[in-house]
Amino acid sequence: MEEVKPQLLKITFDGIEVEVEPGTTIMQAARKIAEADESQGHLVPPAMCYYKPLPVSGGKCRACLVKVSAGSAKDPRPMPKLVPSCITQVQDGMIVENTTNQAVLDTRKSIVEFLLINHPLDCPICDQAGECHLQDFAFEHGSVKTRYEEERRTFDKIDIGPYVQLHMTRCILCYRCVYTADQITDKRVHGVMNRGDASEISTYIEKAIDNDFSGNVIDVCPVGALTDKTFRFKNRVWFSKPEDAHRDCDKCCGKTTVWYRGDEVIRVTARKNTWGEVTDFICNTCRFEKKNTSDWVLEGPTKVKRSSVISANKYRKDLVAKPDFALKLAATQFKNIDDSRPYVTDEETIRHQSIENNDKANHRSLAANNN
Amino acid sequence: MARKILTEHINVPGIETFDVYRKQGGYTAVEKAIKTMTPEEVVEEAKKSGVRGRGGAGFPMGMKWGFLAKPEGVPRYLVCNADESEPGTFKDHHLMKSIPHLLIEGMIISSFALGANKSFIYVRGELMYVIRILEKAIAEAKAQGFLGKNILGSGYDLELVVQPGGGAYICGEETALLESLEGKRGNPRNKPPFPAVKGLYQSPTVVNNVESISNMPWIINNGGDAYAQIGIGRSTGTKLISASGHIQKPGVYEIELGVSVEEFLNSDEYCGGIRKGHHLKALVAGGSSVPILPANLIMKTANGEDRLMTYESLSDGGFATGTMLGSGGFIVFDETACIVRNTWNFSRFYHHESCGQCSPCREGTGWMEKVLHRIEHGHGSMHDIDLLVDISKKIEGNTICPLGDAAAWPVASAIRHFRDEFVWHITNPQEATAPGAVYMGDMALV
Repeated sequence: MEEVKPQLLKITFDGIEVEVEPGTTIMQAARKIAEADESQGHLVPPAMCYYKPLPVSGGKCRACLVKVSAGSAKDPRPMPKLVPSCITQVQDGMIVENTTNQAVLDTRKSIVEFLLINHPLDCPICDQAGECHLQDFAFEHGSVKTRYEEERRTFDKIDIGPYVQLHMTRCILCYRCVYTADQITDKRVHGVMNRGDASEISTYIEKAIDNDFSGNVIDVCPVGALTDKTFRFKNRVWFSKPEDAHRDCDKCCGKTTVWYRGDEVIRVTARKNTWGEVTDFICNTCRFEKKNTSDWVLEGPTKVKRSSVISANKYRKDLVAKPDFALKLAATQFKNIDDSRPYVTDEETIRHQSIENNDKANHRSLAANNN
Repeated sequence: MARKILTEHINVPGIETFDVYRKQGGYTAVEKAIKTMTPEEVVEEAKKSGVRGRGGAGFPMGMKWGFLAKPEGVPRYLVCNADESEPGTFKDHHLMKSIPHLLIEGMIISSFALGANKSFIYVRGELMYVIRILEKAIAEAKAQGFLGKNILGSGYDLELVVQPGGGAYICGEETALLESLEGKRGNPRNKPPFPAVKGLYQSPTVVNNVESISNMPWIINNGGDAYAQIGIGRSTGTKLISASGHIQKPGVYEIELGVSVEEFLNSDEYCGGIRKGHHLKALVAGGSSVPILPANLIMKTANGEDRLMTYESLSDGGFATGTMLGSGGFIVFDETACIVRNTWNFSRFYHHESCGQCSPCREGTGWMEKVLHRIEHGHGSMHDIDLLVDISKKIEGNTICPLGDAAAWPVASAIRHFRDEFVWHITNPQEATAPGAVYMGDMALV
């Protein structure tokens, strides 16, 4: 029997045409573009609350707002407000502007500012540093200074059990952990209490989270609000080396990433895909109790993005792809220099050097997925 | 005397009881609608009347009813939004406590029109005594056969449930109200899907304000065309205005849409003018969420025409020189009022009431409140003014629900029209923070 294929919808995202199935969101369409052509990775809107494996997540952080300059082929009027790309479904003939629209970029910058005004910025002592989505988001879209002068909001520490450490002050209220507990575990015992900027993730009267899959809240947390107590203060993530591994587990799929320091397994996490999302959730036994190499069948080093700090100083230089995008960008910017001036600025000197020695240049902010 | 639709019998002694209400011609509209009309005809009358949502947005009610999806085998719901919490608005409270049967009659007609067999009245939790009045009135109507199974022998069933809210302003937003009604945390939903497609319990739902629904008995008795005759242009019918502030006679007034602001403010029939010996400084025409206007702009539009109490006239000139009718919370300030303090007060309210779901509103409202608090208490600096404008711009339009807009507009408009007063607060902190300090400035006093 022949399968009836659904009519594909054609949308234009930042000038790039892509065909997607009905029901796809703008975010998924953008990710499809980036998956087809890796050099377009920077076009994908950032997602702080949206998590594809968790249905109904998204729409809260407003980091992924985009401009829809034509709603559809039938009704080509622009949408009056910026729309969250993670939950807005595409229409045939839709034209979306993301990095090509200044209003979108300005709004994104302000969202970074809003998320950071009550964030403690304690990255130097935070276990999430190096794999933190908020760090990446702020690095790519934020500004260097803050205009916030008031005291930052803080919370009392709550103990939520033996495995998971809750730092509520770092939380950006993405609700991912709430949806994880709803959808992965059989009973949710934590949720959001209070409202406004006083809202906090908490369990009912400091009850402990006790569930075989509760550890997954650590992986879905975009910031360091939920961290692994067995890994706490042990190591910076960029000094550890991730290896893909698996074991036979009767509770979960058993596919994990095992993080080494030397020969020692210092933590176990679920595997994350290109978008930092876990698709195969793992159980607490795999995550917290199997800390010996003999527990695992190793598959080889985990593929880490070149732009990620985790890749620093780990792989042989001849195996690392050279960042030719940086060369291209530097070349285009170099043309703009006015040669008639009798002096050269520091920035121009650095740019010039970066063209000379492009493999030494530090261009990690320019594109997200140069592997 | 202006024509009264909602408050015609409101002063009749004992109107809160079924018998007195019935004697004044109550429940005849239910009889007419259920016995002689089809639901489609009732919707058609609502559309003809042009009555617009009285909760604040001003969306035509008949059109909203027309959007209701009607899939087979799925129940439909009507929810009455009586979670009136907007600062400066107290009309629904007055209507429900004084003449509860009017709302119940409207609910029966509207539910019949929409084909809903279970309807809800979501009342603000603080108004517990109003909930008791409504429940008593519902019991009376049920005893007389106007509610329950087989109403008036027509085969139409309707159950009416009064639900107290938990005391959050955000639950006046329709999707947050539905979440709260389902027993969840009152967080607004992402739209689409709109409630007309997936609302209460994922079924098609219409959410209407108390005042909108209370218009239905009159519309059925007199016809939608007669209703559309009242008012000006697309602002049809009458509107309850909650007048408060520095006026002679604060209270709830029913006006025909189209009365001029000047007449409403100064005539003895309505507010009776500013309190003696004082002058109008500023006015909020539609509840705390709408932009504040200085005296000269509220009386005349930027083109020099008289400003009328209609949806269109008040919003004439956009936000640069106009405002909105909103929910009809008419707050009057004379020259002794401090705009900075008032703006801080409003901002404090929105900070307290933000649900905390989306980041611009959660963080931005608190930030604005803190900056305004600093200016008001004499610790502001000049760049704070532009900072406030920038924050309000970044919140506006980027949030899930309109609370973000509602928090941003009062701040942005206060700075737009009263920037000199903010500057005075910053440059003269000692003078400005002294008790009873009044900024006279060079503004146009009417």
